[in-house]
Amino acid sequence: MKSLIQFDQDGRLTHFLTIRGLNRETLSEILDDAESFISIGERQIRKVPLLRGRTLVNLFFEDSTRTRTTFEIAAKRLSADVINLNASRLSTNKGERILDTIRTLEAMHTDIFVIRDNASGTSHLLAEHMPPHVHIINAGDGRHEHPTQAMLDMFTIRRHKKDFGDLRVAIVGDILHSRVARSQIHALGILGTRDIRVIGPRTLLPTEIERLGVNTFSDLDEGLEGVDVIMMLRLQLERMEGQLIPSSQEYFRRYGLTTERVRRADPDVIVMHPGPINRGLEIASEVADGENSLILEQVTNGIAVRMSIMAKVMDGQNSSQEADK
Amino acid sequence: MSVLIKGGRVIDPANNIDQIGDLFLSHGIVASLGEEPAGFSPDETIDARNLIVCPGLVDLQARLREPGEEHKATLETELTAAVAGGVTTVCCPPDTDPVIDTPAMVQMIKQKARAIGLAHVYPIGALTRNLAGQQLSDMAALGDAGCVAVGNADQSVDNTLLMRRAMQYAATFNLNVFLNALDPWLKGNGCVHEGEVSTRLGLPVIPEAAEVVALARELALLETTGASGHITQVSCARSVEKLAEAQTRKIAVTAAVSAHHLHLSEQDIGEFDTMCHVIPPLRSVQDRDSLRVALADGIIGAICSDHQPHRLDAKLAPFSESSPGISGLETLLSLALKLTEEQIVDLPRVITVLTAGPARILGIDAGHLSPGARANVCVFDPHIEWRVDATEFYSNGENTPFNGEILKGRVMFTVVDGSIVYRNRHH
Repeated sequence: MKSLIQFDQDGRLTHFLTIRGLNRETLSEILDDAESFISIGERQIRKVPLLRGRTLVNLFFEDSTRTRTTFEIAAKRLSADVINLNASRLSTNKGERILDTIRTLEAMHTDIFVIRDNASGTSHLLAEHMPPHVHIINAGDGRHEHPTQAMLDMFTIRRHKKDFGDLRVAIVGDILHSRVARSQIHALGILGTRDIRVIGPRTLLPTEIERLGVNTFSDLDEGLEGVDVIMMLRLQLERMEGQLIPSSQEYFRRYGLTTERVRRADPDVIVMHPGPINRGLEIASEVADGENSLILEQVTNGIAVRMSIMAKVMDGQNSSQEADK
Repeated sequence: MSVLIKGGRVIDPANNIDQIGDLFLSHGIVASLGEEPAGFSPDETIDARNLIVCPGLVDLQARLREPGEEHKATLETELTAAVAGGVTTVCCPPDTDPVIDTPAMVQMIKQKARAIGLAHVYPIGALTRNLAGQQLSDMAALGDAGCVAVGNADQSVDNTLLMRRAMQYAATFNLNVFLNALDPWLKGNGCVHEGEVSTRLGLPVIPEAAEVVALARELALLETTGASGHITQVSCARSVEKLAEAQTRKIAVTAAVSAHHLHLSEQDIGEFDTMCHVIPPLRSVQDRDSLRVALADGIIGAICSDHQPHRLDAKLAPFSESSPGISGLETLLSLALKLTEEQIVDLPRVITVLTAGPARILGIDAGHLSPGARANVCVFDPHIEWRVDATEFYSNGENTPFNGEILKGRVMFTVVDGSIVYRNRHH
């Protein structure tokens, strides 16, 4: 079965493509290890030799500053050599090109590829065609998944809340196009979250989303009632206006997160956003910058969590290398 | 040349025949069944004991890729694949390059196929010029050149008035209209069924409504124009209901289903298996089951291969960018026979929907073994199990989601116009 593609023959995680199919133990290990990597960022010399002599290629077929930068910092803190490639794909013969590109880079003895692409399934495709010593980390594929983002979100939640089993979590906005939401839903589910809610107009809720174990709301006020965590999603207004939502004004009136709306949630609610935020579209400035907001902490945590994930996929190889010595 | 097919179980649904007997072929036609014609001396005898002898299969939809896409496949390779699959009559949609919208194109394809001498090819003529959906094609001339049906392949005819006129005009010249019911706006850039799998994988969707809305339009137009229409592929339960209702009201509409839609569902896509990227998309298990029932009930009258050979590159891409389609000619019979294993339909019914059924839809004299009929015959062993190995396909297309699967039933001999054009080299 192909869904096992991110594991090697011994059942070890060798790629990080999707949260779906991982177990609670694996997620907890990644989060626990990330805790220990956090302290590295606070030291004077922010480097450990875990990936020394390894090469990591950031292969981004879609623009990104934040994600690519945190991957780069994470890899450098683990002492890996990092190459950043912002490639663009031509509209013709894409498939052939992307496989050729990565095979060429693989021939240069790359150990880890961090891939972002606007087509769902690209990282799966590449993982399928790579030799076993090459590791793929999915940095966002189309509308499918963005698993490292979800892990840093879980990490951030865990630092502020005790037990997922007690939590009510709301994910708000464009669920349909969001790879972040899909990964978050899987991660929250695996960690045993009590109540996962997705909130948005029906044009932005994918069909049968309930089957992923969530409750759906189209009324933001109702959906936010008593929640402990609010996870906002970025709205890609430019490709939606007039088609999936009538206007930014109407959207903000119904689905924008304002101070009044935050009051419907639990008093200790935390507000998160994967960034970059659209102030005044999906979230009011006073909420984004307010005391419940963890938006900047998410960015910091992203480095430690990505270090943890890189270490995890390289784990098997590092240990076998040590055994060789 | 005379051929004796001896001792097989002859199933000829059009003549209500299911008996053990000898089939005598001579001068390219069926001479008789059972009784040896006077003076018959066979040049070749096929020992058909424990085998099934039936009319050659009639496939209503197979892309042969020629002309225009010879880098994918040619008439020669794909017609070889056809006869290896027991198919003796193939319809090719008009979306070749150039499009089949002139008599010259029809004649060229027919002549070339005749020269190859394997399966018979019936080109479907274009319904609109260059399939652009803007102007009617010269349908009467296409009919004179040998087209028995016209259609717009998988290009939509957005203008409803033009579609109505196209149907009226086609009906004037007794041309069946092949319709691909898919609303272009609801289809958009979609590639999978809207459901649990699309939501999980984040793939753009082709909702069931894309088919149902378009089908409703075509049925309304067929009813008011009195034209005869054929829905080239149905994929969902709601379409089956609409078809059943239309047939009850005596609207002249028939439908086919692809062999893969009878066996696969959206779940088979798993984690982005591009071999399962087809259009119309694989839908829910419930949809698949209702297609099976509709086939048994006669609402759907034919199984087609929807053969679309690709180079493997075309499937080595992110799902939404991979080319849709399955290389289906060489698994058509086995997949259809699998329905009898699963007790969905009985053997005579399976053979009907592969032979007499599609021939009736086309309105051609084929798909039966009456004395005097063209001697197009398929002889198969219903018991042999074989593992699908796409690298051994005669087709240039190795793109099949059934690769590695064990299927039952294999073509042993295929006869076209009285000549043995295929002998199984494995068994």
